[in-house]
Amino acid sequence: MVYLLEMAKLTREDVLKLAYLARLEIDESEIDRYQSELNEILKYVEQLQDVPVDDLQPTNQVTGLVNVTREDTVIDYGYKPADLLKNVPAVVDNQIKVKRIL
Amino acid sequence: MNQWPDLKTLTANVQSGKATATELVQRSLKTIADKKSYQAIITTLDDAAQKKAAEIDKKLAAGKIKGRLVGVPFIAKDNFLVFGDETTAASNILKGFMAPYQATAINKLEAEGAICVAKANLDAFAHGASTENSDFMVTKNPFDENRVPGGSSGGSAAAVALEMAPFALGTDTGGSIRQPASFCGVVGYKPTYGLVSRSGVIAMASSTDVIGPLTNTVNDAALVLDIIAGIDQLDSTMIERDDTSYTELTSELKAARIGIVKEYMGQGVDPGVKDIINKAITACQARGANIKTVSLPSVTNALAVYYIICPAELSSNLSRYDGQRFGYSYPKATSLEESYIKSRSIGFGREAKRRIMIGTHVLSSGYYDAYYKKAQTVRTKLINEFNEIFKEVDYLLGPVAPTTAFKIGQNANDPLKMYLSDIMTVAANLTGIPAISVPAGMSHKLPVGLQLMAPQKHDRQLLSLALAFEGLLK
Repeated sequence: MVYLLEMAKLTREDVLKLAYLARLEIDESEIDRYQSELNEILKYVEQLQDVPVDDLQPTNQVTGLVNVTREDTVIDYGYKPADLLKNVPAVVDNQIKVKRIL
Repeated sequence: MNQWPDLKTLTANVQSGKATATELVQRSLKTIADKKSYQAIITTLDDAAQKKAAEIDKKLAAGKIKGRLVGVPFIAKDNFLVFGDETTAASNILKGFMAPYQATAINKLEAEGAICVAKANLDAFAHGASTENSDFMVTKNPFDENRVPGGSSGGSAAAVALEMAPFALGTDTGGSIRQPASFCGVVGYKPTYGLVSRSGVIAMASSTDVIGPLTNTVNDAALVLDIIAGIDQLDSTMIERDDTSYTELTSELKAARIGIVKEYMGQGVDPGVKDIINKAITACQARGANIKTVSLPSVTNALAVYYIICPAELSSNLSRYDGQRFGYSYPKATSLEESYIKSRSIGFGREAKRRIMIGTHVLSSGYYDAYYKKAQTVRTKLINEFNEIFKEVDYLLGPVAPTTAFKIGQNANDPLKMYLSDIMTVAANLTGIPAISVPAGMSHKLPVGLQLMAPQKHDRQLLSLALAFEGLLK
């Protein structure tokens, strides 16, 4: 039950912060709607806080596979870099061009 | 309606010269064109498909060619990469994206002679249960144009029901094959997690995503599964398949131990749906099935677990859409960050944004333990309950969804209400077990699907049971 106290509702500022963390921009007119929808979803999933789990371990995956490896060899599937570059917004000399970062 | 014959017959017809691949492909393309108003299809592969059909016919004229789907047309959900064709996941951010490689499942089907004729509509990035979240259009239910086909594989399910092709491929992350199959009256199969390679399929929630067929019959679903199942070096999350073919089915109900999931037959289930499921139970009992009511208390929490784990995983998977390497890129950005923000904000639809923000929140420091880790731990509890129940029964039975197809717009403004449509399907995804939707009857002129589930890797047994029910419910 301790969690419930910590899980205060998302404020407008929280919504804007979350959006920025996910590199999303939300129109001023839509903030209220997102805020109420996100809070409604969070309220629903918070039912889990009351579920006793004792000393159970979390499940990350259901196959039980560990360290799947394969030979480090080139497999020729017949695809060409040109096919990949077709989808790139800006290409210079066969390389992907992005805005300067420094 | 002039239904497609089963896949085995279709292939035999092409191989014996009774039909040509070109005829089948043209029939498919014509039906797609005639039934365009249902908005089930995003793109058709007219020229490429006709060319492949002509090649097959030419080879056939020169002698018999091997393959279990020779000349058989099919439709893929538009989150499968088909080389050289546009693949959008029904999202604006991927509009115009030309697949630079091809999904393993498509390769395997093509190797057997099948021909992809079209790409089907879906909720953008498979986020939804109605196709109303498609950035392009809403698919209409083949039984009532004012209703949804279900989702997210709604286009694939509607396409099969509308006879646009004899089978289609879909993906199931929380019920996205079974629920639309139920709403459209077709067979929808969700294999054991890891049985089918996901290489070349746009990722949603990687710990629950599976690929499966939507078909007219259980035998057809088994045949497609047998073709697409099996280890692929390009997907490192795979399990070994059965040595025996998944098409070797028995249809014996006698002595089958079947558990009726109490929690799936309670309040909130439409009486018409319940009635049809009860009839199926009575019918299989008469054939000697051993029926027992069982309780899986944690399934009541499964949806909450899913709506933490799924957004968490998809928020990570969707971070690759940044406007730099592929997909929509905002042309007027002056900095890299502005390019990221504008490209994503313009490219993603509302539901994707909602889910990305929920995922970002539940993974953020300070909330991670309370939400994400807790959900993963309740997931363990759920898995343990299923393991225990499967010591007492061989299969589980219940409805696929609490209702029949709902009206377009009915749940569109209430995301949580839409999520509740997955309440009976998510447990199979969280536990990794196989599950199937088999048409069980009609309620108020709308199809109702029966859901059957089995332990992990018991796909052949589950298909056998489904075959028995199919015979029983006809």
